Formats: sequence, C-alpha cells, structure tokens
Amino acid sequence: MQEIERLVQLLARLPGLGPRSARRAVLMLIKRKESLMQPLAMALAEAADKIRTCTTCGNLDTSDTCAICRDPTRDQTAICVVEQVGDLWALERTGVFRGRYHVLGGVLSAIDGVGPEDLNIAALLARVGPDHPVQEVILATNLTVDGQTTAHYVTERLEPSGVKVSRLAHGVPVGGELDYLDDGTLATALKSRQLV
Amino acid sequence: MTAHPADLETRLAAARITSAPPASATGLTAETGGRVPALSVRRLRLNAFRNYSQASLDPDRRPVVLTGANGAGKTNLLEAVSLLTPGRGLRRAKTSEVDRIVPGAAPTPWAVAATIDTDTGPVEIGTGRDPEGERRMVRIDGNPEKSQAVLGEYFSVVWLTPQMDRLFQDSAGERRRFLDRLIYGFDPAHAGRLTGYDKALRQRARLLKDGSRDAAWLGALEAQMIERGIAIAAARRVMADRLARACAREDGPFPGAGIAVEGDVETWLGEGAALDTEDRFGAALQANRARDAETGGAAVGPHRADLVVTHLAKELPAGQCSTGEQKALLIAIVLAHARLQAAERGAGPVLLLDEVAAHLDEARRDALFETVLGLGLQAWITGTDRVTFGAFGDRAQYFEVEAAQVRPAA
Repeated sequence: MQEIERLVQLLARLPGLGPRSARRAVLMLIKRKESLMQPLAMALAEAADKIRTCTTCGNLDTSDTCAICRDPTRDQTAICVVEQVGDLWALERTGVFRGRYHVLGGVLSAIDGVGPEDLNIAALLARVGPDHPVQEVILATNLTVDGQTTAHYVTERLEPSGVKVSRLAHGVPVGGELDYLDDGTLATALKSRQLV
Repeated sequence: MTAHPADLETRLAAARITSAPPASATGLTAETGGRVPALSVRRLRLNAFRNYSQASLDPDRRPVVLTGANGAGKTNLLEAVSLLTPGRGLRRAKTSEVDRIVPGAAPTPWAVAATIDTDTGPVEIGTGRDPEGERRMVRIDGNPEKSQAVLGEYFSVVWLTPQMDRLFQDSAGERRRFLDRLIYGFDPAHAGRLTGYDKALRQRARLLKDGSRDAAWLGALEAQMIERGIAIAAARRVMADRLARACAREDGPFPGAGIAVEGDVETWLGEGAALDTEDRFGAALQANRARDAETGGAAVGPHRADLVVTHLAKELPAGQCSTGEQKALLIAIVLAHARLQAAERGAGPVLLLDEVAAHLDEARRDALFETVLGLGLQAWITGTDRVTFGAFGDRAQYFEVEAAQVRPAA
C-alpha cells in the first residue's frame, strides 16, 4: 500500500487537489489501469523528457525557441507580458493576439522571496531596445496587488528603452450586464471609455 | 497605466458612504428617528460549530434574547451570525478554530446556514470551512461564490462585545478595526482595499528589511499603498464625519459624542484634493524608507490613523470617562450607525450585543432596549439572567441556552 499512499501524497500536492480528491483520483486510476493509468504514466514520462522552457520568452514547448517565437508570420513588433504560461494559453485561445509573448514566471513578492532577478525580467529588457523590432509591450499581469506591483515595476524598467508600454483594459466583461457590475469595475470602465 | 488611480478609488470609496439613499429607504433619514427598515435572521442552523454539534433557531423580527450560564454557548450563536458577513467574525477566529472539537476524533468542518430577510426579500446564506483546508466557503441561494466578500452585499451586522468595553483604552488598531467594520455596512469594497493596502505594506516592509535599494520595486509597492491608502483614509473621514453629525446631540442617557479620524493622510485629505494627497503621501513614503527599514512597518499611512472620540458635554476624551460612560458612548455610535445605514442602504444592520447589560445602569439599559425596539432592529442579546431583560416584556423573543442546546424559553 506504500505505492498507493505515495501516489496520493504526490497528487495531493497538485493545485486544486487536496488529500481527499487525490484519494478519489488514485482509486479511479487504479480502476482504469489500462485505459487511464498507464497512458497517463507514459504521457507524464514523455512530457517530463521532452518539455523545455523557451530561453527567449519563457513559454513551454518541446523545442527551445518555442513555436510562437519561431513563427515568422507572427508580429515581431509587439510583446505581451504575462505572469505564467497558463495566462499565455488563455490569450492564445482567443486567437486575437498575433504578436509574441514574454512569460515572467511569477510576480514580485518580497514576502515569498521573489525578486526581479528571480523573474524573467532581464530577458525581457534584452528583447527591447534600438536594435530590436519591438515597438510595443503589452502588460497582461493579474489585477492583484502583486500583479499590479510587478506591472508598475516592469513599466519603470522599460522606460529607458523608449518602447511603448500598454496594459489590458479593465471594464465591462463581454456579455456583462451593467446592473450586476461592482462599482469599482463600472467606474474604471467609464473612465477608460472609448470613442465609437 | 492610469494617471491617477488613487483619485478614482478615493472618489468611489467616499461615494459609497455619501450616496443618495435608494428608493427603498422610504424617505427615512437618520435625523427623523422612528422605525427603520432592517435586516433580520429568520432561520439559523449550526453544524459542528464551536461547542454545538447541531443547533437550530427560527426567530422572528423581534430582538432575540439568549440567556444561560457562562460557557453554555450564547456567544457562539452570536459568532455564528457574525460569520454571515465577510471577515473572521466577532472573535476574529481563524476558520479552523471554529470547528467543534471532540476529543479523539478528527475535527468536522463547521457550517452555518441562515435565511436572511432583506428589503428585497429572503436570501439563503451558507458558509463554513472547506473540508480540505482553511478556506471559508460561501453559498448564496445555493450557488457557490468565489469570495466571501460577496456576503457584504446581502447582510451586515454590528457587534458590541465585553472586550470592546476597553476600546477607548486599547490600541489605535482596535479602534481602526471598529471604524472599518462600520464602513463595511456601507461599502463592502472597503475590506478589499484594506487587505490590498496591508499586503503592499507588508511587501514593502520586507523589502526594506532585506536591505533592498531597488527604487523601482519600492516605488511600485508604494504606488499600490497610495492608491488604496488614500481611498481608505477618505472612507474613514466621511464615515467619522457622518457619525459625528449623527451623535452631536445627547440622545436620552446616551451622551453626545465628538468623532474624528486623526492621521497624516487624513489631515492632508482635509487640506487639499486627493491628487495633492497622493503626491504628499508618496513623498513621505519615499523620504521615510531608511527609517522604515529600521523600525519595520511604515511611519506614515492610514494604518497609523486613530479614531478619536470625545464626551462632548464633559469635554473629555472617551478614554478618560468612566467605564459606564465609555460604554454609553460606544452604544451611541453603534445606534447612530444603524440609523444611517438604514437610511442609506435601505436596511439597518443586525445588532449583536454580547453581555451588553454589564457596566450599564438600569436607566441606560432600558433606554438601549427601548431604542432598539423603536428602531425595529433585530438585536441578538446575551445575558446570564432573564430578569435583566424585563423591560422588553413580550416585545422580544427569549431562548435558553444550556450545555450547547438552544430552545425557546417558557
């Protein structure tokens, strides 16, 4: 049973899972050993073996210099800065942004011991400047205290490069009803209104 | 980046407390007195909560009087009601501390379910500890909510506990927390601003302590502090000002109270526009970096403000008044707040009065009960002896609490 307990302990460390749901997941895996557990184990081993972090942007791919950075059809003049790879995936799902990305790998947090040198910021600064085609950096960090602090910090560090810095708009969600919005969101939306 | 985020936040914060009353306020104002529209708990169910394995209570809109011996579980019922609002309740407990402890058994996660009567109809609120951790889960009308902050949109309570008898002698932090809780009743977003401010403050303190000279990082954190801090200070100023006007006159046995918030950021706001305050606060934070690195925390900011209350007739700071007078001042503020909230938000809060009769003479006690009845607020009041509540007669409902069982009193 030691194997099962170890599996439970490992799964329980995943985000969104606690010991209880980990136990449920393990039971399900054992029940479907051939159809689920073995393919999962193989997929895990394969992923662990092949996945690399792109040294240019911090994205995950099977090759260093990821597919997005390699893609010649993508706009080279715009970089979108995100906290995590998950945010990059979310933006890619929209299919709207055709530029490139830069994954910081977290946010500034003195309490957690995460400083600028722990984030992928130096690499971002190296990607902008007079010899590079980048004209705009779009900050897409979360609207948390740490996310905003990081955005503020990155803006300041980018200032000497002269590159245009923008951030995502805050406001009315698509399909949202004004009546249900909180005051803060509504006021921000009004403030950043656009001409039609 | 928005040019002046603090300005927007500040105006929003102040607007929530000074906004015109909604139509449902039925034209009542704080000054006219009389019954006010009020929130009330209609059904309360406890599960694995403190000393209760289970408890149920179905009160009507009248004041709820809970009597019983010490340690029977009266305050636990008040705490359960207080946890229908955001935050840690009237004991400021961690989520897991509320679990019922049975020796030798794993702790069962606590839960409280309630039906609240609001001015727009009944709302079902459910809350409790997530079985897998410290997180507090919240459901509104059966639907899970991501954040407990949403509770503030439906329900509000104000409490007075025996610990608060020392409020005017306690640290300024206790008084700030008291004022902040009064603000939640008007602007539930105030809690989020406080959390955000506190987080940025702690991050800055750690950075300074670690000896960082990274001006860009410090500046980024200070920008977060300024944006939220000025909004917090503005909300507190407006709240104190409104309470001061409502408490200016003596109200029966409750003395007139002078109420003000004192602090650097609050003073700057009084002297100029939010935008000027933003510059001054920013400059002060920057100038104090070396000092803050040594002392920890920050020398200026709304986290250092104090709520200053004076006994107007005696021209004495509240802290120098007698214990009974201090309690009377506190009650005057709480009642004024309930009236203001009823007028502005359309429903007065539920009052939780734990052992409120202590330190009050009979005249003040009866006057408090009459005011509560006059306002039509649902107050939950605890006491050891039913005789204390004689003035209520059948205008209140009585429950006996004994060894973690609650039942209607005969």
